[in-house]
Order: sequence, then structure tokens, then C-alpha cells
Amino acid sequence: MSGPTGKPTPGWLAALPAGWLVVFFLVPFAIMLGVSVAHRVPGGFYEPGFELASYARFLTPFFGKILLTSVALSAGAAAICVALAFPFTVILARMGRRAQTLVLVALLAVLSLSEVIIGFSLSTLLSKTAGIGNFFAWLGLIEESRAYAPSFFALMTGLCYLALPYAVLVLYPPVSRLDPELGEAARIMGATPLRAFWTVTVPMLRAPLMGAGILVFVFTLGVYLLPQVLGQPAHWTLSVHITDQAIFQSNLPFAAAMAVLLLLVSLALVGLTLLLGRDRERAA
Amino acid sequence: MTDLSLQGLSKRFGAFTAVDDISLDIPDGSFVCLLGPSGCGKTTLLRLLAGLETPSAGRLLVAGEDVTDTPAHARGFGMVFQSLALFPHLTVGENVAYPLSIRGRPKAECRARAEELLALVQLDGMGGRRIHQLSGGQRQRVAIARGLAIEPRLFLLDEPLSALDANLREHMQVELRQLQQRLGVTTVVVTHDQKEALTMADIVIVMDQGRVQQVGPPMEVYRDPANAFVAGFIGTSNLLPCDLREGEIAVSGHRIALDPADRVKAAPGAAMLSVRPEDVRIAEDGLPGTVSFIRDLGESVQVLIDHGDREITALYAPGARPEVAVGQKVGFGFAPGGRVVLPA
Repeated sequence: MSGPTGKPTPGWLAALPAGWLVVFFLVPFAIMLGVSVAHRVPGGFYEPGFELASYARFLTPFFGKILLTSVALSAGAAAICVALAFPFTVILARMGRRAQTLVLVALLAVLSLSEVIIGFSLSTLLSKTAGIGNFFAWLGLIEESRAYAPSFFALMTGLCYLALPYAVLVLYPPVSRLDPELGEAARIMGATPLRAFWTVTVPMLRAPLMGAGILVFVFTLGVYLLPQVLGQPAHWTLSVHITDQAIFQSNLPFAAAMAVLLLLVSLALVGLTLLLGRDRERAA
Repeated sequence: MTDLSLQGLSKRFGAFTAVDDISLDIPDGSFVCLLGPSGCGKTTLLRLLAGLETPSAGRLLVAGEDVTDTPAHARGFGMVFQSLALFPHLTVGENVAYPLSIRGRPKAECRARAEELLALVQLDGMGGRRIHQLSGGQRQRVAIARGLAIEPRLFLLDEPLSALDANLREHMQVELRQLQQRLGVTTVVVTHDQKEALTMADIVIVMDQGRVQQVGPPMEVYRDPANAFVAGFIGTSNLLPCDLREGEIAVSGHRIALDPADRVKAAPGAAMLSVRPEDVRIAEDGLPGTVSFIRDLGESVQVLIDHGDREITALYAPGARPEVAVGQKVGFGFAPGGRVVLPA
């Protein structure tokens, strides 16, 4: 381990990730931006140009509603995932070493499942003929088996199933690092375990909680398969429509324009969340 | 009046017994130090008092009221943790007022009381600061102020000064003691530092292996240890195996007559002689030894004497420095009244 000491890190080392960023993110984004203002040839492809027709087409109540649906679905999934993942992670962090490893391995195993497998498994599980409807009927909870998919409930279940492991993995390090003496101190000072949780644990973990929420939000915003498998057409998100326009309608300029708008809207929402979080921190 | 009463308190973790059947009565307003080596069960005992651990057996009474089954948040105690456990998301003032705000006291009262407490620990006007803006000693004071916010029935501190540097630690020991005397709150401090215990405590409880080895005022525990463990743990002790007979002891063949002021706690037969370094005297006709080391400690002079396989430590005032040199063969004895004969 006797390398040359005192030599500063070479500056060109930073060029590597920078080049990576340019080639794989900036260039494709520039191409997408270019395509979004290109002129569409009906029945054909597109030819280079500059027109805002694709953006103009988006500004209709129809697509506005779709954008709203997308944002609402992702925000709902983010809220549910954080609400489930937080207590789960707190309990996980209090388990024994071995139990923690087992649970974390199981979570990572869930991550290896593709969206396709999760979507079709859930749609089978929630179907009329082969799903839990039969089980409920057998228990006598309902008269006869019925289908629970496609529905809003099925779609939300799928999104949460997909994103929950990420929320847990984001929360796990800060939760497990939290000093248990802080909670004990709160209890000695007169806080019931529940009040100690709300007055100490939650405020101390506000940043990771927001981070987990933003991650789930952005992640589920890009999901385009689950809405088609588990949702009704009314639940189709912008991502579904982008896919539809790009692949089935061969309208790449419109697909690109929608993608650009989706990116801007999600960036704006994430920025707003961070801003609100910072203001609260300053006020506190 | 007995304020704190432990009755057969025990705590077992699986096969391991951390606290083994401890019974104690501690008078109201005492400053108690739980002293012992790490792993002796002193922190577990403190957590039992706080209600953070449930005892496996025994009862805990405070002012006659059985609080064994009272949860920690309903006991009305104050505590300072080793890590201090200050809340980084709250200001200094909000930290100090946390026990009050959690009890639903009005905001104005919380703020006024926080200011009062911060003044008590000499942090006037620091209420608006963040915890990370404070020095180690200031954080220590905030934790103490927070522990005292509700005028607790019992004030518990777990190695509260261990994170401070030596000078600040000594300063805080005195300050903590003065604060406790002013408020008269019954206080239990866990420490592994015997100097700290001797400085602050009314009562020292020496623990080892989950059991109480000795309870008493600091000087009594120091001068009159109950057994060889206490003699060895508190201060420096010279321990020599001896044979106890009627009115005298025999140490490696030398007969030494006992003085009425010497303390004998062993039955005749094999025993252990314990003598403090300041009670060792270099004398012509004493036990044989060789001076192996002399060093000046400023306020005293330390002389080490090899005696067979044991090393005897003698301590002199600088003015009374003996006329000996390293390598010199000398005899040594023990001052009458400084000899404690303990069970072997």
C-alpha cells in the first residue's frame, strides 16, 4: 500500500463521470427535445423542424386530466409506501442481526422481480376465476367470487408492491443509525412510546422520509405497464400514453413533447417539496 | 426518611445475571455513586431504576410508593444519558422544556422555565441556539438542565462526564455536586471513575459481578474496605496474603502485632492484608524488600518496593521523602491503624 503520496487527484478523473452523463443522459435528452419540436408526417415518421404543435396538442382538458391522474397516482403511491415502509423499517431496525439480514435479502429478492411478473401475478391473484375472490367466497365473506382487477385498488397495490422495497432501502440506514437513547430519553421525560415516536423519531427522520417519498414518486411516475395490466383506461398514466403515441401511433414528436412535460412537472413538484421542507426546517 | 428502596432487585438476560438480588435503602436527598468496573451491572441497575428495563425479580419503592410496574414515562424521574441524547431537531430551550411541553404546559411557562434552568447551569440566553452550536461542556449542562426540568423525584445520570476532558470533568464534578446540594434532589450517578465517586458522593455503592460489594460514605469505603475487591478497586491498595492469629498477623513469616485501630474483618486463619500506600513506612526492622522505582508526582513521592513476587507502593509527602535509592535493600512496615485484614 505504498502508493505515491502527496499527489493530488488528477483533474481528468472528473471527466469520466461527466462524459458518462453527457453521453447517456444529456445527448438522449437533447435528441428528445429536438424530436418534440419536429414536424410530424401523418402516416409516416417525422422530419426535422421547429414547431410547437405537439406541445399545443397537449394543452387540452383530456391530456391535462391524464397528467393529473399520473401525478395523483404517484403521489398516492409515495404516501402509502412511506406510511408502510417507515413503521416497517423502525421494527426491522429493532430486530436481531440475523432476522434483519433475512428480511433485507427477501426485500432485495422482490426487487429482482420485473414489473411484468408483478403485474400479471397480481392480475391473476385478483381475478374472478383464480384469485382471492374464491377464497373470500369460501370463507363466506362474499356471496360469490368476483374480480378485483382491473381497478384503482389493484393498480395502487401493484405500484406499492413495486416501490415499497426502495422506500425501505432508503429509510433503513438512517433509521438503524438512530440512537435508541433518544427515544428512551423522551420516555423518561414523560412521553409515552407513541408520543416519543411522533415528537422525536419522526422529526429527526424528516429528510430521509421526504427522500423516500420523492424516490417512490419519481419511480412510479415512469411505470407504464402496470396501469395497462391492473388499471382501467381511466387510470392510464401519461407514461402509458407516451408509449402508446411512440409505438402504436408512430407519433414520436408528440410522445417526446409529453415526456419533456412530464419531466418538467415532476422536477417542479420535487423542487417544491424540497423548498417546503427547507422552509419548515428554518422555521423550526 | 427512606426515599429510595430496592428490595431484592434482579435482572437476568438469558443465562447471564446482570443485577443479582440487590437490596438497598437510600435516604432522601442523597448523592449516590454506583461505582464498579465495566460489565459489573451498574448501568443495568440504573436502567432498572429508570424503568427502561423490567426487573426479573424484586421491587422498587420511591417514598413508599411501589413503582416497579410504573412505565418510565409515568415515573417522573430525570435522567442524563451517557450520549446525552439531546434532540438535534430542537433548540437548546426546546430541549430543556421538552419534559414540560410533553406534559402540555403552556408555551409561555415552558419558555420561562427553560430560561430559569439555563441560568441555573450558567447558559443564560442560549435558549435559541442549536445543539450542534454548543461545546461539549455546554451540551453537558443542557442535558443536566433538561433532566431537572420537572423537579424530578429522582435524578439519574449514566457516566455523565465521561466524554469531557480531564479539566472540564473535574470542574463539572464540583458543579454537579453543588447543584445537587442546592436542589436537594436524590441523585444516582453511574461511574467507573473512583475519583469522581469520591469527589461527589454522599454514598458510594461499589458493585462487582452484579452484586453490591460495599455501601458507605466515600471515606469509609476508602479507609475501611469490606473485602479485597473494594480495597483493590478504590484507590491503590497493597494486598498481601497473611495469617491471622490472636492480636497479631504473620506476613511471609514476619509477625506483626495489631493495633486496636487496625480493622479486622476476617476470621482467624488465612486472610488478606490491605494497606494504603500512604500507610507504608520504610523501617529497619520490617519486611525485606528492594527499592525498584522512585518518582515524584508533584504533591507526593511514590516509592515502589519489590517484595518477593509482589510490588509494594509507598506514598510520601514531598517533605518526608525517605533517604533511599533505587536498588537499595530496605525494610518496610505499616502504620498502626492503617492495616485492614480482609477475608482471603
